[in-house]
Amino acid sequence: MIPAAFDYVRAGSAEEAIALIGEHGDEAKFLAGGHSLLPLMKLRLAQPTVLVDIGRIDDLSYIRDEGQHVAIGALTRHMDVENSDLLKAEVPLLAHAAHHVGDPQVRHRGTLGGTIAHADPASDLPATTLALGATYVAQGPNGTREIAASDFYQGFLTSALEADEILTEIRVPKMGGAGWSFQKFNRRAQDWAIVGVAAWRRNGDSGVALVNMGSTPVLASSVSSALAGGGSIDDAAEQAAAEADPQADLNASVEYRTHLAKVLVKRALTEASS
Amino acid sequence: MEISVTVNGVTHTHDVEPRTLLVQYIREHVGLTGTNIGCDTSSCGACSLHLNGEAVKSCTVLAVQADGQEITTIEGLAAADGTLHPMQQSFMDNHGLQCGYCTPGMVMAATSLLKENPHPSEDEVRIGLEGNLCRCTGYHNIVQAVLAAAGK
Repeated sequence: MIPAAFDYVRAGSAEEAIALIGEHGDEAKFLAGGHSLLPLMKLRLAQPTVLVDIGRIDDLSYIRDEGQHVAIGALTRHMDVENSDLLKAEVPLLAHAAHHVGDPQVRHRGTLGGTIAHADPASDLPATTLALGATYVAQGPNGTREIAASDFYQGFLTSALEADEILTEIRVPKMGGAGWSFQKFNRRAQDWAIVGVAAWRRNGDSGVALVNMGSTPVLASSVSSALAGGGSIDDAAEQAAAEADPQADLNASVEYRTHLAKVLVKRALTEASS
Repeated sequence: MEISVTVNGVTHTHDVEPRTLLVQYIREHVGLTGTNIGCDTSSCGACSLHLNGEAVKSCTVLAVQADGQEITTIEGLAAADGTLHPMQQSFMDNHGLQCGYCTPGMVMAATSLLKENPHPSEDEVRIGLEGNLCRCTGYHNIVQAVLAAAGK
């Protein structure tokens, strides 16, 4: 399968990328690792007329200790997230979840910023960073702005990013020794989750987000509220799908997804509490 | 667009359409057909090759993204005198192939895995090869071959 024809330009910096996307208008798309966009283009589900390749903007690939949070450049690859000693120590849930994205070949190419900007509810790391209360940094022609992960996902493959904005950094709060768990239920090793759960718990606080339980990654606030109110894990897990709006597909019915979410949230909270 | 790509140590320069996939470039422009096209949807791993030393699925990389980069294909693993790479020899010794279609991709994924994790457990080999499918289901001997190669 070959994508429809397009023009290709390569940006050397974020500023140049923003200028190029502005020049080429709505039909242009940023290309990072390409592991979400190129499959869509090969299936002709996406037909951008211009690709602005940002994959070589080296100064957007980094993982830095910023005190209260870890700052991750948007072009940092999944393989570098999973292998980062800093993330393993300070945000182990994210490093662990990154290991579960696709397969090694995919993780050699795919980027954290790319999967977040693509905003696929079935992807692991949008939901994981949502559970962790991350902040995303976007840069546009008029400067940079911060977007809370909880405000970012607006619909299926739709985010708060403007067409001429580029995601530059993901800021993830340090977990401070919180218990955590990542549950991914799928039929084959490399598949997307049929349902996934990212969760952490520390004293009365918790964060729980669901993969593939709606048109966006879903923050399961009712689970956290139940826990904060002194509810048991069983009671909290019953609230797993309260914010979700799952769809049926080849893999699972709505009822099955809802059931899975409760089971996986229970497993996640149990592991995060141990 | 004109691109220059170093494939198995030799630099090739071609004018390609931006939509040319890397696997198509390697097979049809460079003329190396050891890299197979399987599913064409980044699932099966038959098209795995090394881009700057790391395994990638070349059906999901554009040739223009490889401009100026280093590629190693299955043809580039053996020594100049024909001596097989230890991983290739280990696949032979352990009967790590049946029909052989997945083999180039398996070998490229396995060599990349051992570069990152030189002494993997059996579980780590299985997880490390999760991106490569063998439709003969010959996984047992493939895993044995990788473990044997890691021991050398």
